[in-house]
Amino acid sequence: MNIADLLIFIAVCAVTTFATRVIPFVALAKHADHPLILHLGRYLPPAVMMILVIYALREFRPMLDSQLNVSSTGWPMIIASIIVATLHLWRRNALLSIIGGTGMYMAMVQLG
Amino acid sequence: MYDTHRWRAPFQASLPVMFGYLPLGAAFGILAVEIGTPVWAAVLMSLVIYAGAGQFLAVALLGAGAGLVDVTVATLMLNSRHLFYGLSLLKRFKGSGWRKPYLIFALTDETYSLLTSQANQNHDQAFRISLLNHLWWMLGSLIGAAASANIEFDSRGIEFALTALFIVLTLEQASRLRRWLPFGLAIACAMAALILLPDRHMLLGAIGSASLLLLVHYRMMRDNQGAQA
Repeated sequence: MNIADLLIFIAVCAVTTFATRVIPFVALAKHADHPLILHLGRYLPPAVMMILVIYALREFRPMLDSQLNVSSTGWPMIIASIIVATLHLWRRNALLSIIGGTGMYMAMVQLG
Repeated sequence: MYDTHRWRAPFQASLPVMFGYLPLGAAFGILAVEIGTPVWAAVLMSLVIYAGAGQFLAVALLGAGAGLVDVTVATLMLNSRHLFYGLSLLKRFKGSGWRKPYLIFALTDETYSLLTSQANQNHDQAFRISLLNHLWWMLGSLIGAAASANIEFDSRGIEFALTALFIVLTLEQASRLRRWLPFGLAIACAMAALILLPDRHMLLGAIGSASLLLLVHYRMMRDNQGAQA
């Protein structure tokens, strides 16, 4: 990829990301108290987070095509996810949970 | 003499974000360079895009050779949650003057959490917190990108940091909200999209259908209230 294409790619990402941040400030200032906006503002973010977790774990498909079929990273992914969740429920320290789970995942993938 | 104590409180507030952004920024830098992005481009992305999950997605799409339309749609979908951050900060950012465009630009999940939990409603302090967080992110990206370009380091599996971040954010959302509805709805939509849609449209389909169902849920709640009134 040449430098011009790379710069255009980065510019598109930057403008799009800024758009998602600035739109409410310019477009919805007058409707901030509308109950539908409040409803979506309350429930959409947690729903999106949950979807992103499933998206990130989608390679784990133990029953693909009605057969036991787990990719080599499938089980490490699930075990590391349980470690992250357990650490986080226990200590409530985001950094500890992320580093602990990622370290264990890297160890399982590299050594296993 | 320059007033150093105006930086002390913002620095202390941004410390937990520093501990998160340095390794996560480094993970981004390593991943970007591994996919073939030059070091300067990885740091430039952290300067002008400045979105954790968004940048991981961007380098993944860059590596896959995705087109600009795909990138635009995927970024819009992934960052659509930012739309709702602004709503709760409309009043908070009022009167911040020249700082306002930067405050809006730098509105990541972590900065949003810090700014909304600050008792001090000072615009100058909010600006300094945002700037420091941005700095940690860029510094992490630079360290990761430079280290991965120069040092032999087996980084296989480091991309799991992103999965771990999503799990942590979901647990934080769950403990704040204490309602099953958005999570049950999200699991149903994600599973349906996983089964019914090709991989590249899975996120769009899942988030789109979840938004539609929330709209339906809002109308049902409103109709119920109307019937009771």
